Amino acid sequence: MITRRKFLIGTATAAGALVVGYGLWPSRRLARANLLDAKSGERFVASWIKIADDGTITVVIPHCDIGTGTYTSLCQMAAEELDADWSKVRAETAPADPLFANGPLAEGFVLDIRHMSADSIPNFLQGATRNTFRTIAEYMDMQMTGGSSAVSMTGVYGMRVAGAAVREMLVKAAGTRGSAPADEFRTEMSQVIHMPSGKSFTYGELAAEAAQYSPSSHPKLKAKSDYKLIGKPIARMDIPAKVQGAVQYGIDTKLPGMWYGAIRISPVFGGKLVSANEEAVAHWPGVKKIVKLDDAVVVLADRFWRANRAVDALPSVFDGAANSQVSSKTILDRHLTALKDGKIKQDLKVGQGAAALTNATVIERVYNVPYLAHAPMEPVNATALYKNDGTLEVWAGTQDGLGSRAFCAKAAGIHLDKVAFHLLPSGGGFGRRLPGLWNFLTYTVKTAMAVPGVPVKVIFSREQEMQHDFYRPNVTSRLKAVLAANSAPSVWVNDYTTNEDPNEEAHIFYAVPNQDYGTVKVETHVPTGPWRSVEASWHGFFTESFIDELAHQAKRDPLEYRSALLQDKPRHLATLKLAADKAGWGQPLPANRGRGLAITQCFGTIVAHVAEVEVADDGTVKVHRFTTAADCGMAVNPNGFRAQMESAVIFGLSAALFGEITIDRGAVVQENFPDYPVVHLADCPEIDVHIRESDAPLGGAGEPGIPPVAPALTNAIFAATGVRIRELPVKNHSLAKAVRQS
Amino acid sequence: MGIRLKVNGVIHEVDVESDAPLLWVIRDELGLTGTKFGCGIAVCGACTVHVNGQAMRSCRVPVGSVADAQITTIEGLGASGLNAVQQAWIEQQVPQCGYCQSGMIMAVSAFLASHPAPSDEQLAEAITNICRCGTYPRIRAAVRSLASSKRGGAS
Repeated sequence: MITRRKFLIGTATAAGALVVGYGLWPSRRLARANLLDAKSGERFVASWIKIADDGTITVVIPHCDIGTGTYTSLCQMAAEELDADWSKVRAETAPADPLFANGPLAEGFVLDIRHMSADSIPNFLQGATRNTFRTIAEYMDMQMTGGSSAVSMTGVYGMRVAGAAVREMLVKAAGTRGSAPADEFRTEMSQVIHMPSGKSFTYGELAAEAAQYSPSSHPKLKAKSDYKLIGKPIARMDIPAKVQGAVQYGIDTKLPGMWYGAIRISPVFGGKLVSANEEAVAHWPGVKKIVKLDDAVVVLADRFWRANRAVDALPSVFDGAANSQVSSKTILDRHLTALKDGKIKQDLKVGQGAAALTNATVIERVYNVPYLAHAPMEPVNATALYKNDGTLEVWAGTQDGLGSRAFCAKAAGIHLDKVAFHLLPSGGGFGRRLPGLWNFLTYTVKTAMAVPGVPVKVIFSREQEMQHDFYRPNVTSRLKAVLAANSAPSVWVNDYTTNEDPNEEAHIFYAVPNQDYGTVKVETHVPTGPWRSVEASWHGFFTESFIDELAHQAKRDPLEYRSALLQDKPRHLATLKLAADKAGWGQPLPANRGRGLAITQCFGTIVAHVAEVEVADDGTVKVHRFTTAADCGMAVNPNGFRAQMESAVIFGLSAALFGEITIDRGAVVQENFPDYPVVHLADCPEIDVHIRESDAPLGGAGEPGIPPVAPALTNAIFAATGVRIRELPVKNHSLAKAVRQS
Repeated sequence: MGIRLKVNGVIHEVDVESDAPLLWVIRDELGLTGTKFGCGIAVCGACTVHVNGQAMRSCRVPVGSVADAQITTIEGLGASGLNAVQQAWIEQQVPQCGYCQSGMIMAVSAFLASHPAPSDEQLAEAITNICRCGTYPRIRAAVRSLASSKRGGAS
C-alpha cells in the first residue's frame, strides 16, 4: 500500500561503498565564499575549509552551537581526511548565506520513495530515515541544526569529503611545485611530504596554489583502520571559553544606542491585544516607547530591567475569543472521544492488521503524554536594527541561520537581499529554536520596524518563554494486543491522536505478524513543535510501556520477552543485552527497588536504558542509576557521544518525573521553574554509558537517548511497586505504600 | 546620584536606581555578560556571583544593597589564570551549551571554599543551580576530583 510521503537518506552500505561526495562547490564559487567569509591571509580551498598562510585550518560549520559538541566532531571529520595538525584546526560558524546552506548535503542523498510502503524499505537503509528531514525538499535553503543530523549528514557527506578533496588538491599543488607525480607524496600533520627526497611543504604555503584546482567530488576516503582523529575522545574546542563566561550568546548582543524590549503576549494563544494603557508607564524612568502589535505589547526602555518592570505594570487587555474555555481536561476529553468515536485513518497494516483481533482476549491500554515546554536556559531573544535605508540586520541564536534570515525578510516584508542575519551560539536548543518556532524573531523584527534606526533587543522573560513556547504535543495512544499460545503478541494495534501526519516512529521493530497503525486528528489552539527526539518522544513511551505490560501479563521476564521478539534484529538484540548485562539485570535488589528497561531507535541510533529506582513507603521516587547502551554505528567523539547520552537521561527524566504544561482558560498555567520543575543535581542518578560499535551508518547523538528514558523509568517503578503509570508525568501519581495496597 | 560598585577589584560608579537588579547592572552597565539571565526569580542560579565570597543569585539582589561589597563575577574568577574549578570543568568536559556554567562555577567555587572535600550528598544539597543540558554527572565528577586532591593533600 502507499504510505505517506517519506524520504530516505541513502548512506554507506555495510560494505562502505556508497559514500560519495556531494555539496562541494564548483571552484568558481570560491571567489564569492572568500568575499563573504575569508579574512586577510586565508582563503577557501574547497567548501567548508579555509587554510591560512600560517597553516591555520578553519572549518566553517553550517550549524549552530546549541551545546552538543558538533563543532568539534565536524572538525575531527574534516581534519581526519585532511591529515591536519589538530593544534592548527579552528571552527567558525558559517555565514547565513545560501552558499553555505547545509540543505544540499542532504539533497544529494534524498530519495523520494513516497510510493513505497514502509516495510519495503531495504533493511540496511532503515536506520537512515530522518524524520526531521522529511520535508527536506521544501527547505533546500537551510542551515538546520536538527534531526541529530550534524555528524551523520554534514559530517559524512560534507566534512569528510571536503577534507579529502582538499588533501588531494594540496598534494597536486606540491606535485606541481616539485615536478613529481602525486603518488610520490604522502600527507601528515599538515604537511605534504615528497617520499623519495624527504622534502616537505606545509599546507599553509601550498594553500593558495591548491585553491586553483577543482575539488574532486569523489576523493579517496580513509579506511576506518587508518583513523587518527575520528573515534577519539578529543577535548571539545568550545569548552575553555565556556568555563570563562566568554562566549557571546544571542542575549549578549549589544549595539550602540540599543533599546531593550520586554514583551507581554496574549495569554490565550491566538488572542488579540485589545488595549494597553500606555499612560500608566510612559513616564517611567528610561521608558522610550510602547509598541503595540497584533497580539502583544512591547515596552522599549534604555535598560532591560526598566522595560521589564514597566511591562509588568502596564495594564493590557487581550481578547482570547473562542479559546478561552479550553483546558487540559477538555483537550483530553476530545482525545478520548476521538479515539472512541472518531474516524481512525489507517497508516500502516502488516499481515491481517486489526482484523486479527477477532475472537480473542484483547489486552487494551490507553497512554497519555502531556504538553512539554523546551525551557532552554537562555530564554529566547533577538536583536534587530531596521535601518533608515530599508535594510534589516538581526542577531540571534537559532537552529537555522539561513532559514532565520529568510524568515526575518518575510516578517519584515522586504527582500532577502536587504536582510543580514548573524547566527550566535544558543544557551540550549532542544528544538525551541528550530524553524516554525520563531515567534521571538517575528516580535523583534516588528518591534524594530516600529523604531527605524534604533537597535532593539527583545528578551522573553522566563514566564513569557514558558507560556509562549511551541510545545511537545499532548498525545493519547490506545494500544491493543492479543497474545498467541506461546504468549508472544500475535496482533499489535496502535491508534493515536495527532495534529500532523502519521508518525513512522510508531512502527515497532518487534516481530509481530499482524500490526495496524491508525491516527485520529485532534487539532487544538495550543501551538506545538519539535521537542528533542520529536515523535519518538511519545511513541517510545507508548510502545515500550505496552510491550512491558504484555511481558508481565504473560508472566515472562521483560528482557527475555523482548529478546524473543528481536531475533531478526541483531543490532537491537545486542544493544539490549549489553545494557541488561552491564546493569546486572536479574540480580537481586534491596526492598522497594526495581529495574526497568526500554529500547528505541531513532535518527539511526539504537539506545537501550535500564533504570534502577527506589520507591519509598511515602511514595518518593529516587532514581539511583541508569545503565545505557547505544549503537550509533561509530561514535566520532566517544566522550561527546557519552555526554549526549547523559544529557538525554537527565532531560528525559525531567520530563518523565515532573514535566507538564497544562492549559486553563485557554492559557498555559506554568510560569517558571518552580511550577515547571526539572531535575537538579540532587535528583541526578549515576549514569553508566556503553557504546556498541557496529557497521551501521553513523547515527545521531543529540536526540536518540531521550525516548527510552520515560518507559525505562515507569517500567522500573512497576517492578518496584506493581503500579503501572500510563499517564506522564510520574509526579501526578501517588505511589505511597498505603495507596498502592488499597 | 551614583552607586559605587567594586566588581572584580575595579571600582565603578553606576547611575542607576538603588533597586535595580545587580544582574542587569553587571551585564548592561558594566558589560560583563558572562553572568546570565535564566529565570529572574533566583531559582535557576545562572546569575550567581560572589558577594564578599558568598554565592548570591544576582537577579534578585538590589544593587544598592551591595554598594560596598566585594563582587566577583566569572570574568574575575579566572582573571589571573583559570582557577581549579574551571580547570576541573575542562578536564571533565563539563559544559554543553555552557549558558548555566558561569553560575554553576561561581556556586561551586564558593561552596568549595568552605567545604573543600564535600560528599556527593553535601554537594547536591548545596548546589541547586539548574542545567538543562544535564551536565550534573560531570559536575559531580569534577567536584569529586577536586575533593580527592584536597583529601590527598591533607594526608
